[in-house]
Amino acid sequence: MAKWKSVETRWYEDRDALFRGLRRLDRRSFLRVSFAAAGAAAVSGVRFAPHSFQTVSVADAKEGREPFSFAYISDSHLYKRELNDRFVRSLLRAIDDVNAMDPQPDFVLFGGDLAQLGQREELDLGAQLLKNIKAPVRMMVGEHDWFLDMGARWRELFGKETYSFDHKGVHFVVLQSVNEADFWTRRGMTPMERMHTVAGLDNGIQSRFEVGAPQREWLKNDLSRYDDDTPVIVFSHSPLYKYYRNWNFWTEDAEEVQAILRGFDRVTVIHGHTHQMLTNRIGNIHFHGMLSTAWPWPYAPEGLPKLTVQMARPDPFNPNDGCGDGFATVTAEGLVDKVYNLWNRNPVDVPSAYLASGGKKSRPQDPSLASF
Amino acid sequence: MMEVEMNQRRRRGALAAGLALAVLAAGRAAAADQGAHGALAEAAQLVRLERMMGTRPVAPPPGYPPDVWDALIPADNELTPARVELGRKLYFERRLSLDGTVSCSTCHDVSRGFTDQRPVAEGVGDKLGRRNSPTTLNALFFQTLFLDGRAPSLEEQAKLPILNPIEMAQPSREATMAKIAGDGEYAALFQQAYGRAPNYDDLARAIASFERTLVFLSSPFDRFLAGDRKAISAEAQQGWALFNGKARCVSCHAINASNPLGSDNRFHNIGVSARHQDFEALAAKALAVLKGAQGQAGLEAVDRLALETDMSELGRFLVTKDRSDIGGFKTSQVRNVGVTGPYMHDGSLQTLWDVMDHYNKGGEANLYLDGGIEPLALSEKEIDAVVALLLSMTDDRLADDNRRLAAQQRARSRSNRPFRDDKLASRRVLPFEARVTGRAGKEQ
Repeated sequence: MAKWKSVETRWYEDRDALFRGLRRLDRRSFLRVSFAAAGAAAVSGVRFAPHSFQTVSVADAKEGREPFSFAYISDSHLYKRELNDRFVRSLLRAIDDVNAMDPQPDFVLFGGDLAQLGQREELDLGAQLLKNIKAPVRMMVGEHDWFLDMGARWRELFGKETYSFDHKGVHFVVLQSVNEADFWTRRGMTPMERMHTVAGLDNGIQSRFEVGAPQREWLKNDLSRYDDDTPVIVFSHSPLYKYYRNWNFWTEDAEEVQAILRGFDRVTVIHGHTHQMLTNRIGNIHFHGMLSTAWPWPYAPEGLPKLTVQMARPDPFNPNDGCGDGFATVTAEGLVDKVYNLWNRNPVDVPSAYLASGGKKSRPQDPSLASF
Repeated sequence: MMEVEMNQRRRRGALAAGLALAVLAAGRAAAADQGAHGALAEAAQLVRLERMMGTRPVAPPPGYPPDVWDALIPADNELTPARVELGRKLYFERRLSLDGTVSCSTCHDVSRGFTDQRPVAEGVGDKLGRRNSPTTLNALFFQTLFLDGRAPSLEEQAKLPILNPIEMAQPSREATMAKIAGDGEYAALFQQAYGRAPNYDDLARAIASFERTLVFLSSPFDRFLAGDRKAISAEAQQGWALFNGKARCVSCHAINASNPLGSDNRFHNIGVSARHQDFEALAAKALAVLKGAQGQAGLEAVDRLALETDMSELGRFLVTKDRSDIGGFKTSQVRNVGVTGPYMHDGSLQTLWDVMDHYNKGGEANLYLDGGIEPLALSEKEIDAVVALLLSMTDDRLADDNRRLAAQQRARSRSNRPFRDDKLASRRVLPFEARVTGRAGKEQ
């Protein structure tokens, strides 16, 4: 796009250079994505599905495992629609996004924090909205859903908070990673006071999140039935590592959980809670964050995993910027190529090769557009 | 002596004839005064222009920050009277079109708010484009030109319509220049303006220079801002409060001394195209068509897609190929909107009431809808107040047209409000909800 402009002045030159730079950036990212799609189409003989210019996994199928995709929607933080309909609209938009995917994902993961304060009307509203997703939905619980009634209503609506399932040769585990040691009883807090305390990002009164011993036992048992070469994908609301303690971007017993997962060749953890693009690798375990539909969090002042390709600071004038949804493609090897579908920017594709190579290969394109 | 007197008399006669022509032109009575596609004939337009502009020197508008003004003028196209004069002649020059039927002023008509007051532009051979002609009034203040910002300056903008097959349809720059090559007057004017023989780049520079004189920012609203509380009605003042508050206009249409347009110069998907387009399919098609198109050829390819095909609806995306720009169009100015309808990039909204209805219901739900667009819950009275404010932003020199067109719009709006949707506006139904739940129109 560069050469055509006859530059008129210094001022125009500078501005032009900026625009050109942006454009080149966008072009590169677009080409990369569309070439990947075209290449995949050529290899698999599948018709190029243009929706969201999504990557289609390369069907090399060398282990006889069929690659597949699942979508995610996370952290919608619903209030009653009379109180705040912006988050309702955002969730509706994400549902529309996912419903428009062609081909449809095998299932949709909801990543937790459906409600803002765990109230019945918030959870009920969320359940009602999620019914409109065409693909099957897999639910995960977040602390905002939990700490008013300790998960009672959520369980009534969605069933068990900890469970596992197999899909196309991959073992999926869903954890409740937001348990907290009792900080409320001795303080005489009401359920709503407890909820508000947990809902505060940097409220130091609360405890740190943990999976907890009983659930770790359950996990050990659950995994004991599988061979080491079975790909394992774990969904947890909080990151299963220690990122930033003050904000509970943290799981207190992360090391113990990681130790359980270490025995497997290929493990991917996909988590919500942090509302941002987040990439990490610890040993054999790949970690990916999810975007929120409600709002983006800034990066924490310390502890950011070094593999993370940072999303740009969102435009404060666009409530959608920095929010979004996305999907993951599980490759034939059983690894995850993750796509962050940022609503106000080009999608960012974080391939498994990037994590596997420790950041040396396949570095994701930085998000398009300037930081604000 | 006798001869001199005769000459003077003859000149006076010519002047009288000219004035008579102007009167006719003003009444749009004479068929001879018709230009192409409903435009006033160029000569008559010039008379009107003269009357509006007077002998205003080429200078920044009063009260406009001089430094900001300087930044608007490219270093290699300093604003001089000679350049403005050349540009004015070119602006009304039909020979710039392939068959000599249209000029810039056909679609940017002095008598029609410097636009054509039609949904989409009409070029040579009655060909219709896909985009609404923006007014040239105040266009100098925009950071990018065209509704998708594909040109970075007025100079670059001026070069494209002449070559576009459905606008002025010249096959090449050379062919264009050949049309006026034999005209000694042009040779002299180019020489005077740029010190060299006529060429396409200078032609565009001159047109840009002329357009930089079209500053139309002297309205009742400006006098109100300057402190005259009586300059606009109480209703319009309520509209100003809404503009900056509940109606959220100011989020994109910010107005201040150095940005008097009321445009943030950014690109937003407000969903106008979403009523009738499948964005995803269009985007995939556009990427295929534009693949490999680079440089000037790439720009001209975008120009053609924008004006000739359904891909026009992709807006800014054609320029950036950035998915977030799908269906995004440049924030239009709010100045002189009373005389520049119909509205939106495709001219699909006939009245300012329709525009308000569109925003009031939170635009049209689509995956690329700008995050700032949301239902506004404006009452009928509040809508009227914002429209009253908008009508007060028309320059005094266009006040008569403003009154006439406002009356037409008001009458139309009484019986015809195709975009009004109270359920969406009042948030009883939320955007996306009808589509997601498949319960169109039903209340919660």
